[in-house]
Amino acid sequence: MAEIVLETQGLTMRFGGVVAANNVDFKLRARELRCLIGPNGAGKSTFFKCVTGLQTPTEGQVFMRGEETTTWMPHQIASLGVGIKTQTPNVMDSLTVFENIWLAARRFHDVAEANRKTDEAIERLALGGIARSDLGQLAHGERQRVELGLVAVGDPWLVLLDEPAAGMSAEDVERMTTIIHELNKTAAIVIVEHDMQFIRSIATQVTVFHQGSVLMEDHVDKVMSDPMVRNVYLGKKA
Amino acid sequence: MPGSLQKDVLIAVVVTALLIWLMPLLIGTYTLTVLVIYGMLGLSLGLIWGFGGILCFGQAAFFGLGAYTYAIAAINIGESTLPMILAVLVPAVFAALLGAMMFYGRLTDVYLGVITLVVTLILFKFINSTAGPQYVIGTARLGGFNGIPGFQTLNVPGDPEAYIWGDAYFYVCAIALALVYLLVSVLLRSSFGRIAVGIRENETRLSLMGYDVRARKTVLFAVGAAIAGLAGALFANWGEIVTPNLFSLGQSAEIIIWCIVGGLGTRLGPILGAAGLAYLKFLLGQQSLVDNTLITGLILVLFVLFLPRGVVPALAGLWRISFGRRPLGRIHQARRHRRRERGHG
Repeated sequence: MAEIVLETQGLTMRFGGVVAANNVDFKLRARELRCLIGPNGAGKSTFFKCVTGLQTPTEGQVFMRGEETTTWMPHQIASLGVGIKTQTPNVMDSLTVFENIWLAARRFHDVAEANRKTDEAIERLALGGIARSDLGQLAHGERQRVELGLVAVGDPWLVLLDEPAAGMSAEDVERMTTIIHELNKTAAIVIVEHDMQFIRSIATQVTVFHQGSVLMEDHVDKVMSDPMVRNVYLGKKA
Repeated sequence: MPGSLQKDVLIAVVVTALLIWLMPLLIGTYTLTVLVIYGMLGLSLGLIWGFGGILCFGQAAFFGLGAYTYAIAAINIGESTLPMILAVLVPAVFAALLGAMMFYGRLTDVYLGVITLVVTLILFKFINSTAGPQYVIGTARLGGFNGIPGFQTLNVPGDPEAYIWGDAYFYVCAIALALVYLLVSVLLRSSFGRIAVGIRENETRLSLMGYDVRARKTVLFAVGAAIAGLAGALFANWGEIVTPNLFSLGQSAEIIIWCIVGGLGTRLGPILGAAGLAYLKFLLGQQSLVDNTLITGLILVLFVLFLPRGVVPALAGLWRISFGRRPLGRIHQARRHRRRERGHG
């Protein structure tokens, strides 16, 4: 069995009286691809924020490659070699595509190597024609692709993506899928996603969240045919 | 940042030399000196606000601190070299401590503004209330609202008798400003500067990339304070007296107005804004028809309404439209890229 790269034990997050994440035990192995699904308010994003250090869980622990990171700040977690993409695009709009990716590459490499890595990433993501354009002028799909590019350029061993396919055209989603599969050759990936079409297309293990807890964990086809999941997720009567 | 550093240095040296030669023919060097000093003070805020996104309402605090440090050290030491160095270091260390407290405390922009404002006020009130004979540092009396006069002014390093004053002092200040400008240029081209601009654009993204945003903002804040401190020390030498008014809120507000009018996010903008508005204030001070501050306020309002990016970006845009190579549209860029690829293949 491959090494466990991400693990949470009894992770709980309370906001006042609301329990957003309740006693979540989660394990992810090296080079695994996992999707987190669930209806609105199921606790996916809270779980994501606790793992990435954007929020500190009320109870429970988070481990990355065996090291406890529960109270760490996002920059410490990212420094381990974890690539993170948040739900809303988090990019530098008035900087060029090149500069955006370069800043990410520079964190782990010296200037010359960062330049080389950036050129390489731009080539791979087919962004050559717009490399010197300001990011703010680009279409939504292109900006998402750049953000994925700057996550990938740091050669992460764990990638956490919150709704990467949101608001993208079919063509962009297809391209995104290719990039994710490419990344998955070297990194374990967690994807928080609503879009079932997208999840089916990457056909993978799925963890279903419901009311802050993990409801079930299985392959996407089994999950989608499960009556209980259909009930909570698709809002159908079982 | 486009263009190479060598080209930047060359242009800066040539332009500085020309200005040092031509400007004294138009304006007296005594006035010019203070314009240059204000230019440096403007640049100090232009660096941390325009490139680091840190809006500091208390840049005057570091300016005043530099001036007072110089005056107190000069009285105690006698020779001006060490006091000049201290006048840069003391504000930098003070800013590093204050910055660490604010940035590690995760204060957002508004609170940052409030705290820097309050720190300036505290310094102003404190220095104002030190008129009594018990407020002494070494042999220097703080003097309260009367300020500190009669300290050793700038001398040739190592020779306390050889004072630098008059025209010579103007040259020293102008060259100091040119050097600071070049240092800022080098800083902004370095990885540190590029990352600072990234932080200005999106703090969350930079921390998700693995950069310690708090530490980097603290360092940049301290660098800005060091430049303001140097400007303060030069100002003390120019005026040959330091008074609590250096710490006044009016002074802080003026620095912010210089940056807005000159153009944020440029190196030249805050310098030109500072020198231009200070000279205007000087000219207006010679008449008594309208109040000075009224005009400054009016200028700020007009700029915010009609030229919100400031003079320098507007002029640069005009230059590009009139003479520059037209920026390529995306289609052209893509086409050109494809052509290049075909050329390689």
